[in-house]
Amino acid sequence: MNVNAFLAAYGVRILSAALYVLLAPLFGGLLAGVDRRITARMQGRKGPPLLQPFYDVAKLFEKRRVSVNKLQNFFVVLFLVFLVFTGALFFAGGDLLLFIFAFTLAALFFISAAYAANSPYSAIGAERELLQMMAYEPMVLLTAVGFYMATGSFQVGDILFAKGPAVASIPALFLGFCYVLTFKFRKSPFDLSTSHHGHQEIVKGITTEFSGSSLALIEIAHWYEATFLIAFVALFFVWGGNPWSVLLGLGVALVVYFLEILIDNTFARVKWQLAIQSAWIVAGTTGFLNLLVLTLVQGGAGWLS
Amino acid sequence: MAFLKRSPWMIHYDGSSCNGCDIEVLACLTPVYDVERFGIVNTGNPKHADIFLLTGAVNEQNREVVRNIYDQMPEPKVVVAVGICATSGGIFRECYNILGGADKVLPVDVYVPGCAARPESIIDGVVKALAVLEEKRRALPPRARRGRRAEASAQGGNA
Amino acid sequence: MDPVYFLLLFPLLPALVLLAVRNDRVRTAVVWASALIVAGASVWMAGRYYTSEYSLFDTHAWVGTAMSALKTLFAIAVAIYAIRRRRFWIVLIVAAQEALSLWFEFSPAVRVEEPLNLFADKLAIAMVLIVGVVGGLIAIYSLGYMRTYHRHHPELKDRRPLFYSVVFVFLSAMFGIVLSNNLQWMYFFWEVTTLCSFLLIGYTRTEEAKRNAERALGFNLLGGLAFVGAIVYEGLTMGTVDLRKLLVYGASGYDVLVPVLLLSFAGMVKSAQLPFSSWLLGAMVAPTPTSALLHSSTMVKAGVFLLLKLAPVLAGHASGTMVVLVGGITFLVGSIVAITHSDAKNVLAYSTVANLGLIVACAGVGTSEAVWAGFLLTIFHAVAKSLMFLSVGTIEHSLGSRDIEDMHGLLVKWPAMAITIAIGIAGMFLAPFGMLISKWAAMKAFIDSRNVVIVLLLVFGSSATLFFWVKWLGKIVAVLSHIEPVHKEASLDEGTALAVLAGATSLMCVLFPVVSSYLIEPYLFGVFGPAATGAIIAQSNITVMTMMLGMVVVIPAALYLFMHGRKETIVPTYLAGANTRDDRYFVDAHQEPRRVFLSNWYMTGFFQPERLLRWSGVASILTMLTVAAIAVGGLLR
Repeated sequence: MNVNAFLAAYGVRILSAALYVLLAPLFGGLLAGVDRRITARMQGRKGPPLLQPFYDVAKLFEKRRVSVNKLQNFFVVLFLVFLVFTGALFFAGGDLLLFIFAFTLAALFFISAAYAANSPYSAIGAERELLQMMAYEPMVLLTAVGFYMATGSFQVGDILFAKGPAVASIPALFLGFCYVLTFKFRKSPFDLSTSHHGHQEIVKGITTEFSGSSLALIEIAHWYEATFLIAFVALFFVWGGNPWSVLLGLGVALVVYFLEILIDNTFARVKWQLAIQSAWIVAGTTGFLNLLVLTLVQGGAGWLS
Repeated sequence: MAFLKRSPWMIHYDGSSCNGCDIEVLACLTPVYDVERFGIVNTGNPKHADIFLLTGAVNEQNREVVRNIYDQMPEPKVVVAVGICATSGGIFRECYNILGGADKVLPVDVYVPGCAARPESIIDGVVKALAVLEEKRRALPPRARRGRRAEASAQGGNA
Repeated sequence: MDPVYFLLLFPLLPALVLLAVRNDRVRTAVVWASALIVAGASVWMAGRYYTSEYSLFDTHAWVGTAMSALKTLFAIAVAIYAIRRRRFWIVLIVAAQEALSLWFEFSPAVRVEEPLNLFADKLAIAMVLIVGVVGGLIAIYSLGYMRTYHRHHPELKDRRPLFYSVVFVFLSAMFGIVLSNNLQWMYFFWEVTTLCSFLLIGYTRTEEAKRNAERALGFNLLGGLAFVGAIVYEGLTMGTVDLRKLLVYGASGYDVLVPVLLLSFAGMVKSAQLPFSSWLLGAMVAPTPTSALLHSSTMVKAGVFLLLKLAPVLAGHASGTMVVLVGGITFLVGSIVAITHSDAKNVLAYSTVANLGLIVACAGVGTSEAVWAGFLLTIFHAVAKSLMFLSVGTIEHSLGSRDIEDMHGLLVKWPAMAITIAIGIAGMFLAPFGMLISKWAAMKAFIDSRNVVIVLLLVFGSSATLFFWVKWLGKIVAVLSHIEPVHKEASLDEGTALAVLAGATSLMCVLFPVVSSYLIEPYLFGVFGPAATGAIIAQSNITVMTMMLGMVVVIPAALYLFMHGRKETIVPTYLAGANTRDDRYFVDAHQEPRRVFLSNWYMTGFFQPERLLRWSGVASILTMLTVAAIAVGGLLR
């Protein structure tokens, strides 16, 4: 394959992934800044400057490097690399299931980092993070299944050009996905493993033993994560490659994020039992009903083979 | 670039205070004073903190704890003693179990007097501490944050 | 000599020789040589019969007679044992089986056409390779293991001659099952594996071992009874005992519900599906190589092999629905129950039960895609699970415990073993490693079969899988500051087997497209014809996975080089300021040092495994009974 043919086939995908890798920290950092401002306003405060997350990360790089052992920093770098890879996979129009699996792999490195620290607080944080993963994973997988049944493809690149917006076929899955987004954005009531600024839970849970540049890398990773999660929400509303639908999706995603902030500020943290129970019940009911209806409408045999 | 003073994260430890100063420290976070305006976050974790806010006098039982927390904060870091007890032992000074102010175990950078210290003076103390923090950052050898020199305070730990 | 005959007959030679050998050196030599010959012969067989689409073999009539005589002898032996142990339900099953089977063979009323006895397709070739190579490695491993085992357990009588003898008979019988086309032959080998597993599980002859061995025997004999039932029904109604003919009749619209149902039942019992899982879990009392053998290459794989064979007739069939539901329930419940266990062997056992459930569900869906996934799962599972069991065996001997909590900090204590077991764990569930690819394919197949229930069971089950594997991995990677030296009990035999299996588990990730296009796709094409699907995982995704695999290998290596020389300031962990000098102790309320102890979560109170197993067992039975009722209803009509 010559260069031109290669670029024609993959140029847009590579460009989009490259833009993601370059710009996601900017977007994610700004989102975090806006989040902290809105949170402050909801609490009747003024809040930090918009660029505060960037100051924080820059500050962390200025600190002297201390760690509990070398292995934990090693895992943190792997976490960041694989998280960036996961997002790039999404923005390159890759396979949704593969995207979820890569995401799991990245999260596994994060958890391993906390386990490697061998500290009581980070170990509980790791265990809770794992529990949260177990809680949200079914919903995320079912959402991917829903996309496949609604649009006929797992490929993000194909879903963008589907005949209609996926949300029209999988509205219940959309709601269910928004429910587990609270886990993903580490918002109350589901911020069990670690929490955002201004909150404390088992010290800092999974991030307790990280400081300086390692913690900065984790923050940056979360910016990348937030960016592709926003894009994932937007994907529900995109159809026919229509740029306006992309804007619509982005708008809805930002509204969803605002609601997450609202929930964060109005709900108390729940116990882990309720977290997993509710997430599994939501995934089970929305997933079962939505997929069943979709199967019946599309003329499948229904719930038994 | 000096980002340190734009994003000072603190840890607050209650030595043997009557809780008066602690209430005032927390008051700083409330909408009335809102220290998050300056990027200040109450972390509760020494490994994330830049400023050690100590209230109350240090006693026999917690001297090791105070020392451990200080040791686990990565450089550069500053100590702010909040209230008269943390400054000198205050009215508990003569008690059998009290060592005295925070400076008996830690190198204190800023003393905030008062019983209890007012939120305004606590914030003022923290802002003064930021200047000290910046000084300390400059004083660090350029490659120090890469950990060439083992931190003197580090004890044992993992290998 | 033909490699097929060689595979069936050769293992009997070491089996006889080893029965007489008492000298450990001689035994080691014989087992190494025989295992290598068996592995080599399985590769030979695979090469010899790869190009021909399938191969049929005729034999002399006396072979069948000899088999039936042997079978009767076994039955009598089992019956005598069961009477002496007062297990009358086993006697009852054996008697029913034997009566039915003898009547069928000798009654003049039964007219059965001469079947094709042996038959090798690509599925059989893959199974032969698994049994030969993995089984051979386990035999080699067991040399070192059993030596240490008897040193650690002087109270037990050394029955190693019998052990090795049975292992080789077992391998021969497994070759028999996967190569038989005559159901009566397959039934003979089926019963031999049941008997072998009974002898292996009961190796220590403690009361617990005996009880569990008898449970395994009883359950599998029950499955065997269903097998005989299927043979008799097929023989009487269709005049044949040929497996391929059964499939052909099923595909062309004949009513094969009853024999397929009975054979599926036998397959599900053998592959330890709920509610029959307890026999496999009870088998944990045996020495670890036995567990590895039962869980990975033999025994349970016989069950899924039969079900995968039946897959085309299960598709869209009432019996298929039963198999899918039972498999799906087993997958979900097995995965959840594995979370609540801390004994490594128990975790592995429940994970096996769960994975078998997934393979069974794939077989039940029965589409080309699903069989692709099930086939690949079978291969990956055999390799990765044997690696896990054997690692746990070696660790148990070295640490004196097989509790996962005691593997805390294994990466520091024994890096080589920790990496081996990490490869096994990654191979079991993680992208871009083996099992995940099959799970992914299974998921696609389930969605395309439009069965929402099984999709739900799969997604919930795989989330639970994630939990117990990662927490195990987390235990291993914890970095301890001060370690007690480990007495490493790994002989050359064990090391060789572990290294080969770890290499195979890693290689499979790269080689699975090759396995798919050279073994699985030709098989599917043979079974489903032009309707067979090709690669289920798109080429672009395989490229991405290969990239990921490269990253998993290259980035850690690069980071290691980059970070290795760098000096880090090492500080103790955060213990709320109550640190003592190192991370092992903290100062408690009495100013006394107290040991820090970190434990994983088991959530027993939340999941209530006993209740879960009970009710899911009931659900499985109800599913089976419902479908059986439909079948009987059809018969009466």
